[in-house]
Amino acid sequence: MGDKTKTLTFKELKKQANDIRVSIIKMVEAAGSGHPGGSLGLADIFTALYFDVMNCDPKNPDWGERDILLLSNGHCVPVQYATMAHAGFFDTKELITLRKHKSRLQGHPERHALPGLENTSGPLGCGLSQACGMALAMRMNKQTNRYIYVVMGDGELDEGNVWEAAMLAPKYNLNNIIGIVDRNNIQIDGPTENIMPLGDLKQKWEAFGWNAVDIDGNNIEAVISAIDMAKAVKEKPTVLIARTTPGKGVSFMENDYHWHGVAPNADQAKVALDDLHELGAKIESEHE
Amino acid sequence: MSDLHLVDMGNELAKEPTRKGFGRGLLKAGQIDENVVAACADLTGSTCMDSFAKEFPERFVQVGVAEQNLVTVGSGLAAQGKTPFVSSYAAFSPGRNWEQIRTTICLNNQPVNVVGSHAGISVGPDGATHQMLEDIALMRVLPNMVVVVPCDGPEAERATLALAKDDRPSYLRLAREASPIITTDKTPFEIGKAYVFSEGTDLTIISTGTMTAQAMIASEQLYKQGVEVEVVHVPTIKPLDKETILKSVRKTKKVITIEEGQVAGGLAGAVAELLAENYPAPMKRLGVHDRFGESGTPAELLEDFGLTAHHIKLAVHEFISQK
Ligand SMILES: [Mg+2]
Repeated sequence: MGDKTKTLTFKELKKQANDIRVSIIKMVEAAGSGHPGGSLGLADIFTALYFDVMNCDPKNPDWGERDILLLSNGHCVPVQYATMAHAGFFDTKELITLRKHKSRLQGHPERHALPGLENTSGPLGCGLSQACGMALAMRMNKQTNRYIYVVMGDGELDEGNVWEAAMLAPKYNLNNIIGIVDRNNIQIDGPTENIMPLGDLKQKWEAFGWNAVDIDGNNIEAVISAIDMAKAVKEKPTVLIARTTPGKGVSFMENDYHWHGVAPNADQAKVALDDLHELGAKIESEHE
Repeated sequence: MSDLHLVDMGNELAKEPTRKGFGRGLLKAGQIDENVVAACADLTGSTCMDSFAKEFPERFVQVGVAEQNLVTVGSGLAAQGKTPFVSSYAAFSPGRNWEQIRTTICLNNQPVNVVGSHAGISVGPDGATHQMLEDIALMRVLPNMVVVVPCDGPEAERATLALAKDDRPSYLRLAREASPIITTDKTPFEIGKAYVFSEGTDLTIISTGTMTAQAMIASEQLYKQGVEVEVVHVPTIKPLDKETILKSVRKTKKVITIEEGQVAGGLAGAVAELLAENYPAPMKRLGVHDRFGESGTPAELLEDFGLTAHHIKLAVHEFISQK
């Protein structure tokens, strides 16, 4: 059955997100390649989704009433693997196989490789369209209580396919779709506003017919309450423009676009893990 | 062959575009199975989805002129248990959205049926931009993909019903222009099977799509001239029915392929690959040779590109006179 592990306090969720960041550094270092920047920035959102928001059962990933998470910017999959493992979909020991030959943890997510993945992604711009198809199918199937979360990168919004889907979802009022744009202001070649200015994303999405909400994507409490409010909006789909810090938690990676797609070496990983252990201790010492 | 229940080639042949047969098949498939759904990119009438859309409005999705969205929405529909048929002109889908088909349908292995209408030069006056010639090659190279090119309206209907029951991704190639009807409702159709529509020993014609009718007309006329060609109709280009093709070529030892599209990577490519590895035989490829289409009437263009029964006859005579 759907098991909502919603017993964690915000402090425990923060601790969980930090543990997930530790796993991300370890797995990307072991892989020798991968995308740490966006993955670290998304750890709070993924913690909120898997440990609080989503109706899903790690022991029964194909459960027919589950909520769906589509990672559209598939290169950030280390955060998804790490969160899924910590949530109990599979053993955290497997995380170290990321990107290795015959591993279930393919470099970009592959639905068939790992139970619990809902799509195959990497080439950008497709997640929201797939969410539209799923939401339409759910409506035809008379399933009214399932939500579909779509995580997209901000650089990903350069893709025209996203905006094709952005027009379709309001047309059919697919209000069980909750889009989450990882607004970290970087993409591979540099700052998003230099590469291809996105401008006022809230206005853009609103003009397309969405309920658009700016939030702090590194504040778990803010993410959870924004999603609660999104569920109350029935006349249009919601997109959260989630401001995040790329490389969050690792001093030398934060806000540096060079860490979009480069793995830390052993020395860098050690510094990164020291940073995260320090943060973990700080969270531990906080009052509830 | 009597068990194939083909139309008597001696009579005047009725004509119908293959897309019409698809439209009938889709409606029937929808009546049989409530999970059959459809989506279209602003070409509902042209791709003959209108009767389905009218009967099942709640199972029809209009995505507008957005072919990338069309197939990825299809992927999402399939992920939640639906059997989607998603249609546009072949020039746009799979012409424009190949990567989305590759990643979200084939690699993701979702049973989406991509329907490309108005394929081939017989589109006519619209010209080269709208005459899709590369689609067979584009779809044939994708793992998991099934590629079906029916020869006439009735076969398009049967193919659609078969694809609705099949759980693999597929591409269904259709034509705009009316073409001769050579099969009946009793003619068998199975995905992955080729059919010997006419038996002979002098040469094998391997054909797909509406070119099979031209091959059958040619075969009838050649027979009267004392030449017995075998016509192997290949409605499924992938997976290819290797056995039926090899059996025929082992008998006749000469092959002509014909298709309304680029021979490079098309049916000709598939047959050449098969024969090169298993039974190398002299081969001639009729089809489009590394050029684009242009405006004209369908008849003018088929004549210009050498894709008529008359051209097949000439090619056969030339081929069998070579020793
Ligand atoms: Mg970004």
